[in-house]
Amino acid sequence: MKKILILFAHPAIARSTMNRAMKEAVAGLDGVTIHDLYSSYPDFYIDVGYEQRLCEEHDVIIFQHPFYWYSTPSIIKEWLDLVLQHGWAYGSEGRALEGKHYCHALTAGGDDTTYRGQGANLFTIGELLAPYRATANLCRLRWLPPFAVLGIHRGLPDQLIRSHASNYRRVVTALRDEQLDLQTVSDAAYLNSNLSSVIRQP
Amino acid sequence: MEHFLLQLFIFLTAATIAVPAAKKLGLGSVLGYLIAGIIIGPYVLSLIGDIEEVMHFTEFGVVMMLFLVGLELKPSLLWQMRVPILGMGGLQVVLTTIAIAAPALFFLNWQQSLAIGMILALSSTAIVLQTLREKGLMDTPPGRSVFSVLLFQDLAVIPMLALLPLLATGAAHGDGHHGGGLFDIQALPTYLRILVTLLAIGFIFVLGKYGSRPIFRAIAATRVREIFVAAALALVVGISLLMTVVGLSPALGTFLAGVVLANSEYRHELESDIEPFKGLLLGIFFISIGASLNFSLIGNEIALISGLVIGLIAIKSLILYLVGLIFKMAQKERRLLTVALAQGGEFAFVLFQLSKTNGVLTDELIDPLISAVAISMFLAPLLFILHEKILDRDSAPEEQGDSDVIDRSGHKVILAGFGRLGTDLGRLLISAGIRPVILDHDASNVDVLRRFGFEVYYGDVTRLDLLEAAGAGDAELLIITIGNVDKARALVTLCQKHYPHLQIALSSADRAAAYEFIDMGITVIKRETFDSALALGCDVLQLLGMPTYEAHRLTRLFRRKDEEMLPELHKIFKSDRDHYVSMYQKHNAELEELMLLDTNVDMEEIERAWTAGNPEE
Repeated sequence: MKKILILFAHPAIARSTMNRAMKEAVAGLDGVTIHDLYSSYPDFYIDVGYEQRLCEEHDVIIFQHPFYWYSTPSIIKEWLDLVLQHGWAYGSEGRALEGKHYCHALTAGGDDTTYRGQGANLFTIGELLAPYRATANLCRLRWLPPFAVLGIHRGLPDQLIRSHASNYRRVVTALRDEQLDLQTVSDAAYLNSNLSSVIRQP
Repeated sequence: MEHFLLQLFIFLTAATIAVPAAKKLGLGSVLGYLIAGIIIGPYVLSLIGDIEEVMHFTEFGVVMMLFLVGLELKPSLLWQMRVPILGMGGLQVVLTTIAIAAPALFFLNWQQSLAIGMILALSSTAIVLQTLREKGLMDTPPGRSVFSVLLFQDLAVIPMLALLPLLATGAAHGDGHHGGGLFDIQALPTYLRILVTLLAIGFIFVLGKYGSRPIFRAIAATRVREIFVAAALALVVGISLLMTVVGLSPALGTFLAGVVLANSEYRHELESDIEPFKGLLLGIFFISIGASLNFSLIGNEIALISGLVIGLIAIKSLILYLVGLIFKMAQKERRLLTVALAQGGEFAFVLFQLSKTNGVLTDELIDPLISAVAISMFLAPLLFILHEKILDRDSAPEEQGDSDVIDRSGHKVILAGFGRLGTDLGRLLISAGIRPVILDHDASNVDVLRRFGFEVYYGDVTRLDLLEAAGAGDAELLIITIGNVDKARALVTLCQKHYPHLQIALSSADRAAAYEFIDMGITVIKRETFDSALALGCDVLQLLGMPTYEAHRLTRLFRRKDEEMLPELHKIFKSDRDHYVSMYQKHNAELEELMLLDTNVDMEEIERAWTAGNPEE
């Protein structure tokens, strides 16, 4: 069983529906730690030692967040800037994160068609996540495509919210139990593109 | 009595006229005193009587000055300076003694030559330190070197006092006795003499380190200021007496006591109590030096004496320059060292007197030498001025030190009030490497805090002399955390008047006090309880279920709005001040205004955050 760390970042959780539903869906799962960055560090004063220990204790690191300005909320940038220290995360001596899996679980207002070369947003989600992918590469993390819930700007019907949340739970559980076909899924645009074909039955 | 008062009046009046005039002409206070002395002396106005007596009495100013210098020198700092003190000082005394004694051998026997060499090797602690202080050079590297040499010279006086009687060739005039009259240490065998001397030094150490604190605390608790002054004076006078009895230099003894007390919380209080006495005594001492110049002798022996003066200054500066070279001092520093110490010192008067009574030197030898020393002392401040003029002319920019390394410990900050608020503030500053000079009026509070390693001093901050002693003159920032509004107001007024350069940051008890300080022109004001109220409020909002980050943002928004409202409320407060009868009504009315404004606080800012619309809409 792998241990999973979800670094959760939403500055206005009270007004969130999708992210909150996803967070609640994985809360309390065995082997899953949810760490809420905005409530832990409302003043952005990140406890680097604690964060590094958390990372070391887990095998999979997931950033769960809304997609703000084609990127993460600002606290995640602060987290990367401070926690990923030379000699710990990267550099010839920095191997603390080596071999761990890493992905984003994100929600975005525009739907899949807008995240294309010809779409309103000009780039795919995968392309927009390039800085994070490069970061993962430098830190010897194993990159997985994002778990993406798209097209939520008008709000989603309850049923769809529930289905996304339960898919999130399935993916996190499969990652934990090593039932996710990592080979196949790494070619997909999103982790949740076609769940039944990437999750092996035990 | 009347005679005494008249003499005192003449001295004081001469000083009051001459010193400001000399300062105005850029000559410094020492020169002013010396000129005043010449004018009231026997050769101009002839207003004063027994000059030697006055000089002898006011020599005590030098003792007090060394006590004050000691107070500013912590033992650790003194230890750091051991190399310049022993090395530079030792070299200067030995080389100068040889350089003066050698040519003297052509005219005198070796004992007399050696005596004169030793006596003239000494420089004037009084004039040099006073001038260095006035020019702000005490804390500079060359200033430290100069001080080191002076300190060694003061140490060297002790063996000189012992050595001079042994050089006697003629018949002794006096009985060589110079004890304090309590008991004669000379009567004891050598080993006992050494033992008594060591005991005396040990006594000073124990008194300063352990005995002084409970005594001063008890006195401070009475809050009668003059008793503290009396105790401080008694301490200095008592140590001087003790030193005289065991045959040591009183200046050295009080210096030692000063060093031992440098870590004490009563340091600044002692400093400010002794300072005026020292200043006056030293001033009158300088006047008496000026008055003692024997112009008829100088007139008769003009060639001999001017030759002696020139020779003395030339030899001394040459040796000092050499010492500077040996210790690899930078050119500028070497030049200051050379100029600063190229004169005879006040100890020369004492030692010449002693060598006369012991039959080492004769009157015919001593009189021109004493005149030469006095003239060289008179010239010393002039040499400083000359040195400055030369320095101004070729003020070539010297290579700067490592300016990249910002030494925060160099910041001079005074923290007035070390109560509940001051304590935490002080801790924060100390953790940032800034060591404030902390002043507090509660002796027991000071005592407790010092046990925790805070550098806290006892004293009433609204006293100008204590502020001065705490270094307000060259401090850059004063932090006021005094709960008592009247005291804080008095302190602000005092500082704005006497130290206009000093930045002020303060905590005010409440809003009304804050308005007052705004009116006084203070810009950095924090209300004592405001921040903790908001911090507690933020926690309460979270207990009620508000997400942490939102609670924080709301709190911060509230703080900003409140700060923005402050000037507006201030205006309302000022215009309505007269309408409110009682404090209670004033408080209520103000609260009403506040609440009214609070309901209008624009919370939309929070509402708009992170509710992104889609660009396609």
